Amino acid sequence: MNTNNILRNGLLILSFVLMTVSLYLVFVFVPTEREMGIVQRIFYLMVPTGWLALLSFVIIFIGSILYLVKRARKWDILAMSSAEIGIVFTTLALIVGSIWARPIWGVWWTWEPRLTATLVLWFIYLAYFMVRSLATDPERGARYSAIVGIIGLVDIPIIALSTTLWRGIHPGPVIFSGGLAPPMLLTLMVSLAAFTSFYFLLLQYKVSAKNDESLINTLRESIKSR
Amino acid sequence: MNFWHTVAAITWKDTISEMRTKEIVSSVLVFTLLVIVIFNFSFGATQQTMKVVAPGILWVTFAFAGVLSLNRLFVPEKEQDCLEGLMVCPVSREAIYTGKMLGSLIFMLVVEVIALPIFTLLFNLPVLSLQIVTITVLATFGFVVVGTLFSAVAINTKAREMVLPILFFPIISPVIISAVKATEISLAGGSWSSLVPWLPMIAAFDAIFFVVSFLIFSYVIEE
Repeated sequence: MNTNNILRNGLLILSFVLMTVSLYLVFVFVPTEREMGIVQRIFYLMVPTGWLALLSFVIIFIGSILYLVKRARKWDILAMSSAEIGIVFTTLALIVGSIWARPIWGVWWTWEPRLTATLVLWFIYLAYFMVRSLATDPERGARYSAIVGIIGLVDIPIIALSTTLWRGIHPGPVIFSGGLAPPMLLTLMVSLAAFTSFYFLLLQYKVSAKNDESLINTLRESIKSR
Repeated sequence: MNFWHTVAAITWKDTISEMRTKEIVSSVLVFTLLVIVIFNFSFGATQQTMKVVAPGILWVTFAFAGVLSLNRLFVPEKEQDCLEGLMVCPVSREAIYTGKMLGSLIFMLVVEVIALPIFTLLFNLPVLSLQIVTITVLATFGFVVVGTLFSAVAINTKAREMVLPILFFPIISPVIISAVKATEISLAGGSWSSLVPWLPMIAAFDAIFFVVSFLIFSYVIEE
């Protein structure tokens, strides 16, 4: 087995174990929150998806900078793969956020600061893909989307700050600032770890699939040119 | 020639060509007026509603006008292959960026200088105050710093008119939020200190994205 396979299998086992443990913690172990009731358990899914939406963009940012500086295709593949996973988790974060908002605030969508910022982030992800697919050639597409990757990450804190100031304080931040009961904190941490490990597993799969794809393309080109 | 001479030369070139063709300023100005009038139709135009929606109208109008004028920024360069000409000149890419950006800033400000009094007139609201002019200048600078970068990206894509807004709007959303909020406060008679979270927010956006765009512009037009 080469190192890639060891890495992949390790991540697979780790993700499986952590996911199973976190399911147990979320549904059996953790006490039900007093005010919000059973719905509050969504929290342990919402925070990890939101976290992955951000983490993916950080990886895009790193991949984009390295691609622009070094011009090695592997960095573009890293950024692109992370973006594909990231937009899935951003979409999930929006959906889970809506499901959470319904019982808490009585509406499916509310312009709550973090939800709004996530929506803007989702649009930046879309821009990342659109500029790539609409560029006149693949190399340009990679370069342009790298620029969106860099500008986007720099913009995220500003968006978060402006939406927070814009909407004022909602019930949400209580969870983060008021301190969590130790069992809740433990469940959240395990859940975060499980999703993070799952993210790196997906990233590993995506990157190797894309590497194979570009290898096949080069082989095909060399056959054609004969 | 030092850096700022080069920048001034590029900005001056754009300004002269704009003064001769009047392509951007005239079309964007007409567009701006039309948008203002159409908003007037859609909101019933009583004095009471106008007070509430005016900041939104003002900034939606300027954001759309910004996209329209930024879309045109690199079109003449592309059509006549002038960008290649600029790139073989012994000037840095950063100077090209800054020059084009300042040119675009001038066009936008010219449009806004004409649009703001008309807005005041049509909506019967005091939008021609020092506070709102400051907000407008800061926010417009924010629009053009990222807009110039994205305009150079969009020019090399298929469906270029579509690409710019898709890139531009999500990134400038903090500027729009801040500008609308600040305008709202100012129209309600707020003091300078009540504008505090919003004006510094736009200024910070301007500074951060000027630096970032300045640094990565050379990767946009490298071929």
